[in-house]
Amino acid sequence: MKKLLTILLAVGLLFALGACNKADNEPAGDETPTTDNEVKVMSHAEYMAADLETEVNVECYVQAHQSWWEDKITVYAADEDGAYFIYQMACTEEDAAKLTAGTKIRVHGYKGEWSGEIEIMDATFEIIEGNYVADAVDVTALLGSDELIDHQNEFVSFTGLTVVAADESGAAFLYNWDGSGSHESNSDLYFNVSDGTNTYTFTVESYLTGNDTDVYAAVESLQVGDVVDMTGFLYWYNGVNPHIVSVVVK
Amino acid sequence: MKKLLLILIAFLLLSGCHGSKQRNAFSVPEEFDLSREYDVVFWAKNDTNKNQVNVYENAIRSFEELYPNIHVQVKYYTDYLRIYNDVITNISTDTTPNVCITYPDHIATYLTGDNVVVSLDDLLIDENYGLGGKKLKFNSPDKDELVEEFLDECKIADSYYAIPFMRSTEALYINKTYVEKLGYHIPEEISWDFVFEVSEKAMAKDDEGNYLVNGQKVMIPFIYKSTDNMMITMLKQLKAPYSSEKGEVLLFNDVTEDILKNLSAHSATGAFSTFKISSYPANFLNAGQCIFAIDSTAGSTWMGSKAPLSDIAEENIVEFETVVTAIPQYDSTNKQMISQGPSICIFNKEDKQEVLASWLFAQYLLTDEVQIGYAKTEGYVPVSQAAASSDAYQEYLSLGGSDDNEHYQVKIDATKLLLANIDHTFVTPVFNGSASLREAAGQLIENTCKSTRRKETIDDEYFRKLYSDLNLLYHLDDASLALGGPKDLGPLPFEAKLLLGSLGVSWVLIISYVIYKRKKSC
Repeated sequence: MKKLLTILLAVGLLFALGACNKADNEPAGDETPTTDNEVKVMSHAEYMAADLETEVNVECYVQAHQSWWEDKITVYAADEDGAYFIYQMACTEEDAAKLTAGTKIRVHGYKGEWSGEIEIMDATFEIIEGNYVADAVDVTALLGSDELIDHQNEFVSFTGLTVVAADESGAAFLYNWDGSGSHESNSDLYFNVSDGTNTYTFTVESYLTGNDTDVYAAVESLQVGDVVDMTGFLYWYNGVNPHIVSVVVK
Repeated sequence: MKKLLLILIAFLLLSGCHGSKQRNAFSVPEEFDLSREYDVVFWAKNDTNKNQVNVYENAIRSFEELYPNIHVQVKYYTDYLRIYNDVITNISTDTTPNVCITYPDHIATYLTGDNVVVSLDDLLIDENYGLGGKKLKFNSPDKDELVEEFLDECKIADSYYAIPFMRSTEALYINKTYVEKLGYHIPEEISWDFVFEVSEKAMAKDDEGNYLVNGQKVMIPFIYKSTDNMMITMLKQLKAPYSSEKGEVLLFNDVTEDILKNLSAHSATGAFSTFKISSYPANFLNAGQCIFAIDSTAGSTWMGSKAPLSDIAEENIVEFETVVTAIPQYDSTNKQMISQGPSICIFNKEDKQEVLASWLFAQYLLTDEVQIGYAKTEGYVPVSQAAASSDAYQEYLSLGGSDDNEHYQVKIDATKLLLANIDHTFVTPVFNGSASLREAAGQLIENTCKSTRRKETIDDEYFRKLYSDLNLLYHLDDASLALGGPKDLGPLPFEAKLLLGSLGVSWVLIISYVIYKRKKSC
């Protein structure tokens, strides 16, 4: 009797496991398989020449990304010819972990512009073979010139700029643009630098480099009058607004 | 018998694994224990506005002077959705804040956990520690001194789960100079037709591609900041369905489609855009690149040539006259505008005294000083009639236009707009999933406008797919299911039947075996 029961129970469990397994493997919805259509990959020049709101396909390399949130990730990317800003690209948390600096991705999306920032919107991607990390281009001499925008989104460096007061109180930096944030709230940091002629606002974007990073701490330690070298991504918001990733006080 | 007992115990233990930590409902202690120390964590939201942070800091300082044994730790957010997301994450780890700025839509989701949010029904009317209570160390408004409409917005399923903190609505900010340049006068009651007609006229260009009205290469005549509100308000004005009180999703209907087709047409010409597609309406308005900007009255300090706050370079700001009015209407006899603004909820804790300390702080935010101080920072209205009718607040309103900071005319006009129209404000039903439905409402507009700009075909098939995609994305069927009653999901799949059958057979065999063994041993 014991053996018979054991066999029956085992059979029952096998059926149950089979049912679980089959259910797990089935797609969640009425997904139709996608076809692997050939798409024309654009060069950076073709991408830049494309009209706004047109479909774009590019192959580029991840340089950095902002924190993953709700199945989306914002990526700073580049190839040998220029840079791309990919805003809130669809991405699982698992895939986000694979987007390390240098990873090559093929991106499909739409070209858009938001407050002067040219970006790829509503993007999807796949990881492909290849690796490339861009060197920083020194654009200090281009500050204030019309040529600076040609380097939009690139990994760039600035040398020998002087920290000037960020507000009337003489603070060297502000949490949020007006000082309404805090370290605990992981607010963006805003600070002003001068090249001797003009003053520019630089940002530590907390979703890119938060309050536990070296650059965040370095900016929190800045003093008015410090002369600094910096690297970052040449982001645009109603004018140049670099997202700084390193600061060295000279 | 022993074996039977063991099996039953094991079964009970296994069942227990699936349960989450339960917490008892809060009941008001008879006395607040002043001999103890309390840490109250407060998650606050500001509109990236230093003045609002200052009001919070001052409120905390004054409160701690009254109650030195309560220590308030504040964390600032600038986005309601971030707070919502963090609260949900912290519910699962039992690390919610004590006091939190929130929206009733979000509380409805928090309430899916047992006793996570404190029901305020008893606290509000407690004679010692309730609103206007005898044992409070400060003067808080009585319950009937709160604006009834605003307090009612905090009711979910017949219980109060929040108190209102500030209220705002949406306003239409108009570049009057350009409207008149285009040959129009601003009517007393503004219709959607008027806004779209003027907007289309503003699209005329000269031979060099400059817009005639502003002489610039850029002109988006009509920009809406919150497309969630836009869809919800348009449906409300047209008396069209959005959701039932119980949570039935009614958003996808013929009126919605007509609204979307109209917006698509104006998006195709470039006369209409949204914040998500283009950027902040204020930036375009102040640069003379927008004529009609719809944004919160709590964004009024950014609107106009003389706005105290601005994101664009001074050399790009254009001189023009700004007029603030109610948002456009379909039917002037059914005037509708949304009621919005922060509310405050309290999270339940094991220690009732800690919850009471949280409530005392939350209630302190309703005192005249805090209410008036915060209301002055933007186009907000106090939720307490005592604060709104105070001499200090009335004087503040009367000084509109006397300077371009605290008494900035546009801000005070926006505030007065809400004060004059509280009877015309509305809120949408709150249920578990209502926050998602709201997002879907906005996404309908965003997707339609983006698709139009991308030259996709906007037809019935497009809308069928859009509805289906958003339904899936925002789990709107789940929302309907949450409170909308049972729904026929069709027959069980074969695999599920097989699984249930196998489990049933296994249990029958186990029990048979135990009985067989018992009989055998007897």
